[in-house]
Amino acid sequence: MERDDLIVNDSYSLNATHDAEHGKAIRKKIYFVTILLTVITTVEVLLGIYIKQGTDLWPFVKWSFIVMTLVKAAYIVGVFMHLKDERKSLRYVILIPYLIFVLYLIFIGITESNAINDIWQSYGE
Amino acid sequence: MAGEASKAIDKTVLWGGGRSPFSVSYGKMMMWFFLVSDALTFTGLLVAYGFARHATTGAWPIGEEVFHSMPFLSGHFPLLYVALMTFILIISSVTMVLAVEAGHRLDDKGVIKWLGLTIVGGFFFLGSQAWEWSHFIHGTPGYIIAADQGKYYLTEEIPHGMTAADVEGFGLVANFGEDTEVEYSGQKAIDIYNTRVNHVSGANLTENEYGPPQYGGFFFFITGFHGFHVFSGVLINIIVFIGVLKGVYRRRGHYEMVEKTGLYWHFVDLVWVFVFTFFYLI
Repeated sequence: MERDDLIVNDSYSLNATHDAEHGKAIRKKIYFVTILLTVITTVEVLLGIYIKQGTDLWPFVKWSFIVMTLVKAAYIVGVFMHLKDERKSLRYVILIPYLIFVLYLIFIGITESNAINDIWQSYGE
Repeated sequence: MAGEASKAIDKTVLWGGGRSPFSVSYGKMMMWFFLVSDALTFTGLLVAYGFARHATTGAWPIGEEVFHSMPFLSGHFPLLYVALMTFILIISSVTMVLAVEAGHRLDDKGVIKWLGLTIVGGFFFLGSQAWEWSHFIHGTPGYIIAADQGKYYLTEEIPHGMTAADVEGFGLVANFGEDTEVEYSGQKAIDIYNTRVNHVSGANLTENEYGPPQYGGFFFFITGFHGFHVFSGVLINIIVFIGVLKGVYRRRGHYEMVEKTGLYWHFVDLVWVFVFTFFYLI
């Protein structure tokens, strides 16, 4: 079998080198994402400490946690793992399974467990 | 890096079949496929957690009430320690991506510096998790179930090998409903303590003081499975680090191995982002 780690020219993803100037721009982006992730985490912790579960505000806080988590995940996958720089086809191969299966799994899991909760509430444990 | 997948590929580096799917190397694509399946495993675990959480509303413990301690400090610091762990993992993810960037410039020294810092960050996270586990397992003085089926919380911890009578200021607090707390102290407390059917303190695989038994199970399995990923990630990073020191990748002409182990390391960080939200915050 042909080895894929041999470098023959400059055109393959294996040999994606860049010069110092280009590196500077990439590092700038990395530092931006670092600050963003830190800020989002700090906001999450502060909301978690100051807004108690069960209060009127809690449902909004809960959904904002989910949105903030997805934003963080998008930056980690897109920038740190460079998925944004891969081909569109590879991006879809990696992301579409989650859109199909995970959303369904979450939907069915939460629906079922809410039904079980109702039964326990009505008939005791 | 940017634009790396948009160029045409020379025929001499194509896969055995004469093509190079998605314009990435074989190793990198297989790493992505592994991560896709691994992410589905973690999804399954977190959805199972959500299932148990929604089925037992009310009885389920709340993250900030369980995790509120800091090493070397007494007092109430809800979620701060977990936030610190999250921060450590994010920073080690950043040093990893800087190592990958240095690799793209074929900068040996940069790769060694940043990959070395990533390994240090990994060890810091593992140490934090060890502390978190030991604190969770050890817990507080806990509570007893007395012969009358009442639940009494201990005010003082009974050290191993001692009885309640040996502990100075030993007392019990019983909760009757929301607002009525009855405190017992002295001989009365010791007498009630001696009628106990069960004393729950901290957590083990069958019971825990925080909530339903499944709560401890989920804690151990989800954070443990993630911690094992961190552990293997640190090992892989060390192996690649040795390779960098020995000049293996410089001779090979590219640092894609750093990029592949980087993918795994970022994935570990990504999983923790979700565990942090769904296990500790919500």
